[in-house]
Amino acid sequence: MCCTDMALAYVEAHAAWSEANTRPSLGRDYAAFLSRAADGAARASFAVEGVRCAGCMTAIERGLADLPGIAAARLNFSDRRLSVTWQPRAQADIAAVLAALEGLGFTAQPFAPGRVSDAEAAETKRLIRALAVAGFASMNVMLLAISVWAGNVSDMTPENRDLFHWIQAVIALPAAAYAGRPFYEGAFRGLRAGRVTMDFPITLGVVLTLVMSVVESLQGAAHAYFDGAVMLLFFLLIGRVLDQTMRRRTRACAENLAALRSERATLAEPDGGLRDIPLVELAPGARILVRPGERVPADGLVEHGTSDLDHSLVTGETAAVPVRGGDRVFAGALNGSGALTVRVTASAGASLLDEVEGLMRRALEARSRALVLADTATRLYVPLVHAAAALTLVGWLAAGAGWHAALLDAVAVLIVTCPCALGLAIPAVQVVASGALFREGVLLNDGTALERFAQVDTVVFDKTGTLTLPESTLCGGTFAPAALETAARLALSSRHPMAAALATAAGLAEPFPGAQEAAGLGVRAVVDGVELRLGSARFCGAEAQAAAALADHPDASVICFRAGEGAPVAFPVRQALRPDAREVVAALAALGHRVLILSGDRAEAVEAVARRLGIADWEAGLAPQDKIARIEALGHAGHRVLMVGDGLNDAPALAAAHASLSPVTAAHVSQAAADALFLGRGLAPVLSVLATGRRARRLMLQNLWFSAAYNVVAVPLAAAGLLTPLIAALAMSGSSLFVTLNALRARLNPAPAGPRRAADPAATGAARTA
Amino acid sequence: MNVLLLVIPLALALGTLGLFAFLWALKSGQYDDIEGAEYRVLHDD
Repeated sequence: MCCTDMALAYVEAHAAWSEANTRPSLGRDYAAFLSRAADGAARASFAVEGVRCAGCMTAIERGLADLPGIAAARLNFSDRRLSVTWQPRAQADIAAVLAALEGLGFTAQPFAPGRVSDAEAAETKRLIRALAVAGFASMNVMLLAISVWAGNVSDMTPENRDLFHWIQAVIALPAAAYAGRPFYEGAFRGLRAGRVTMDFPITLGVVLTLVMSVVESLQGAAHAYFDGAVMLLFFLLIGRVLDQTMRRRTRACAENLAALRSERATLAEPDGGLRDIPLVELAPGARILVRPGERVPADGLVEHGTSDLDHSLVTGETAAVPVRGGDRVFAGALNGSGALTVRVTASAGASLLDEVEGLMRRALEARSRALVLADTATRLYVPLVHAAAALTLVGWLAAGAGWHAALLDAVAVLIVTCPCALGLAIPAVQVVASGALFREGVLLNDGTALERFAQVDTVVFDKTGTLTLPESTLCGGTFAPAALETAARLALSSRHPMAAALATAAGLAEPFPGAQEAAGLGVRAVVDGVELRLGSARFCGAEAQAAAALADHPDASVICFRAGEGAPVAFPVRQALRPDAREVVAALAALGHRVLILSGDRAEAVEAVARRLGIADWEAGLAPQDKIARIEALGHAGHRVLMVGDGLNDAPALAAAHASLSPVTAAHVSQAAADALFLGRGLAPVLSVLATGRRARRLMLQNLWFSAAYNVVAVPLAAAGLLTPLIAALAMSGSSLFVTLNALRARLNPAPAGPRRAADPAATGAARTA
Repeated sequence: MNVLLLVIPLALALGTLGLFAFLWALKSGQYDDIEGAEYRVLHDD
């Protein structure tokens, strides 16, 4: 699965109501996305969605080259980003580029690469340069080393051997100084923070090996270990580069999704003008306009207007909440029927977000996550190895060997235990497993999360937006086809999120000409002399039908329709379950996991979902602190909890749980708190994550045990003074190869036995809006 | 064995050349879009 598919999956998840469709085009302020080269040429980057093949690449590049003023357009196929350069004195028109891409059939959004990703790119290049140098040095030093090994058992003269050692030194010393920097810096940082990280034994091993080799060369000895030092760096750098590349790919994908989401706010300027600005430029005190069908972009106080807000992304509550002037609104709430003018507030005390953030801080502090395997291994490994080296030194001295021989063997112990295998054992598995998850549509925020996923025995779901899809669909009952079709066509003219659910039923129909939205009430159109109305029960005079529909579907909301003086129809609309929710819950139960629902929504709504999924443990109407309390109680009872949730109110629970997962449609705070994000409409990623986590942990443990066994054999050999450079080289490369190959098994049949994401009918919604 | 004094520096020089060629390629962005490059080679512009 590539980034584009992920973006598509995301758009499908949001398909029914894409903001881009509802939002009238305003003069957008794109200046923030332009950067200038030295010669004055403007440049901009775009995240592009829908690039599937090489043909798309050529189509985009050729299509844009024809635009006036554009000097070059180049699409990066790997991360689906388009880079456009204008001619030095040309007017940089981002809107024209977007329009041209739209004409070619691609959705794009301008994109300002963050500082973080620049730093990551620089770090990747630095690691690859170090890898290249280490690789070059290993090859050439090994070439000379093998000559020496062969010469030692045949007729090489001592002069030639010394010459070869010195050439090796000339290559290895500068190469190790350059290529080892990531490890030396890591070790130094760790020591300053009072910790001994894996970088420390690596640094110690490399430095001691080099020093000892120089000393031996000076004395004209038969053995030098330059090859061991550079080869160690080479193998470990491979692990680092893989790790870094994986991380960058995940981040690039997440950034594309964020750009394609196009989070913007409409600024109401004092002179009455409206301006569309990126969300990041929104400052406290600004006045913004929130139209029907839009999400509230930031916390604030309502100044004018009345409307109803859908707080499902904030509190999990699915019933609409009426707001009017003076009420507080929260980022993420979906505006219903009326336009609101909101004054953005800095998060002042007592707001929901503050409360959530306070709880999250507490949860993160209190979280006593089990030490990850790598740390445990390092803690055991470092003292053991250093003790073994010290013992060797003392042992040989006591046995009457000279200082020189004793030191030599002590250093040999450090060299042979050089944590080649140990340094690769865990990162290699993490890289391979997160790559496998990436293809399943799961973005891992944290590599160590894999181990925690493996230990999970209890799965807690949020309801709204997690078990259910984030958007509403029509539910229940059969309706007169004519009424449904007319109502659906009328719904096309409304921006209300509930109307969107109805509008998906319209297929490819055109909206009625002249349909008008009556703010706070609904839409109205006159067709063939008959007045059609769609909206609230009061607007359509359908109170009785609405009450009846609500009685049948307690977890639904109602949108009403009336043609002329005919009988009104009430359409119940609710957030449908994710298509595979039932199968996933059953599969989790079959695996022996306890499954719970902790929701902030009404009891009736939660009960309906729990019954349909066959979940006996559910609680409704929970505030964020209640969710944390439940999760902590489960933790104290010895359960390892996986929290799956999307709302702002779930964020503290996500942070408090042993491991956590969010859909990509989740609130920002939740996305940041979760260990991994999953894309698409299905819940199957929950199963993949757990299965991959278990597999990864098993492989990590295998690798660690292998490394331990390797050391058990190698250390006595080195301590006994039997370690020749040839044996050291074979042992090191052999063990590294073994753990890497073993890690690759995380890639084999990663799919768990369970429902896979299937093509589903809601895709037609995407087709309509496309 | 004097030939060694010629052959070893020669081998190292060739190796260094390769190393710098790689570093240059990295710096000039040839590894930035590995997936795209495999398609670009098929298009005649």
